[in-house]
Amino acid sequence: MKVLLAGDNVSGLAEELKKFGPDEIAVANSDQLADYTTESYAGVLADYIKQENPSLVLLGHSAIGKDLAPRVAARLGAGLVSDCIKINVDGGDFSFVHPIYAGKAIATYKVNSAVKMATLRPNVFPIEEAEGAASVVDFAPEIAASRTKVKEVIQQAGDRPELTEADIICSGGRGLGGPDGFGLIEELADTLGAAVGSSRAAVDAGWRDHQAQVGQTGKVVSPNLYIACGISGAIQHLAGMGSSKCIVGINKDPEANIFNVADYGIEGDLYKVVPALIEKLKEVNG
Amino acid sequence: MNIVACIKQTFDTEAKIVIDNGQVSDQGVNLIVNPYDEFAVEEAIRLKEKNGGEVVVVSVGGDKTQEALRYCLAMGADRAVLIQDPALDNTDNIGCATALAKLLAGMEYDLVFCGKEAVDDGAAQVPSMLAEKLDLPQVNVITELEVADNQATATREIDGGSEVIEVQLPVMLSAQKGLNEVRYPSLPGIMKAKRKELKVVSLADLELSADDVAAKTELVAAELPPARKAGQVLTGEVEEVVAQLVKLLQDEAKVI
Repeated sequence: MKVLLAGDNVSGLAEELKKFGPDEIAVANSDQLADYTTESYAGVLADYIKQENPSLVLLGHSAIGKDLAPRVAARLGAGLVSDCIKINVDGGDFSFVHPIYAGKAIATYKVNSAVKMATLRPNVFPIEEAEGAASVVDFAPEIAASRTKVKEVIQQAGDRPELTEADIICSGGRGLGGPDGFGLIEELADTLGAAVGSSRAAVDAGWRDHQAQVGQTGKVVSPNLYIACGISGAIQHLAGMGSSKCIVGINKDPEANIFNVADYGIEGDLYKVVPALIEKLKEVNG
Repeated sequence: MNIVACIKQTFDTEAKIVIDNGQVSDQGVNLIVNPYDEFAVEEAIRLKEKNGGEVVVVSVGGDKTQEALRYCLAMGADRAVLIQDPALDNTDNIGCATALAKLLAGMEYDLVFCGKEAVDDGAAQVPSMLAEKLDLPQVNVITELEVADNQATATREIDGGSEVIEVQLPVMLSAQKGLNEVRYPSLPGIMKAKRKELKVVSLADLELSADDVAAKTELVAAELPPARKAGQVLTGEVEEVVAQLVKLLQDEAKVI
């Protein structure tokens, strides 16, 4: 297993990577790689793959991985399976498991090109540390100029975790009754160190930015704990969070579909239940 | 300003998925324009309305895909091209991107729009593959766009924030929700769409062979995810129920 580490001033990260047990770490360090740009990075990765001729190339299904992997796959004629939750290895043969229809079905793919590529869903594969004795080598290809220029990077306000990487997500829906209700969801989230999600109904009503939307036309998430407050549980929402380890549904409608998937359901007014829950959690956490 | 918008026809997001013999069944499923592609078409039409020019909407698909293209014509696109060929029935993203790229190579455009991904396979591959095949720069997952003086300034969603990208035209842009509010076709729009050109081309028309669009990935089988069972509904006074929940989350589910 070899790792390509690309960026500007990244050589120090090679030490970090050693503890995950690769055999070799190739470092492409250049000020031309300071910003992520598709074309410069695609050139570096494609050149590295051509040099190493691996049977399998893995990237994260992150904003960068999603942008980069298909560009490189098209350049090299490599088959690509995106957003994998599992890779089966059978002898020298791989098959790739990828949820489709936002998780309403699970598909298994084979790739028939010599170099096979896949992007991996964040927060799904366990991270294991191993003996780190990797050798570190320089990789210094000619770097293609990028026609796109990064003018500005805007960090999301606040320090809540990213939805797709959060261990706990607290989500609000139409049952909040208005945008102000998200204040309560944020308070619950901050008590748990959680991310804040939203149903499509609340996003479409303009109560929450679409970046918070969980579901088939939003983000697909699989946290350890998903707390749905005032969310009825439309099929397109369930598709986006149905693989959560534990689901809690809080809804005043006993017929709400969320109760058909929730491990724990509370029938009641979320404006009474959630404040009490916050109190209790604070008490337990001391 | 000439703009191409690439669309895919997908299942309605409300559709229940039924697996038949290891494949997803399309029996009785309502088909729509992929929601992210609607943002792409809307943005293309808005730019045309502002700057003049033509919007051509293109797709790879079968007979039914004509309905999706007609819908985009009713929204305000000027003409449509459908690539339809039996050899494309079992192709994958790279095959589609190859066919689209060959079609677009014979067209004049300043901008190519796609949706950021399709809600069916959720792969987000075709936009970047198409850009690569056409040697275009790309900006994926955009939520804001300004086009002036042959330059695009686009805000793109990244993990934990966004970034503002500048690029000279021509460029491939893929649309994220939030880019615009998609219009519904008006009645006059629907009437006009019936008379707009919808051209169907085959691979032979594009001088491509079946080998050129051969799939590199193959669906072995699809299955339904393990069904979730309804758990327990906690009842009682709010304080009791909440205490019970916290205990269960700690001791039974072990998630907090």
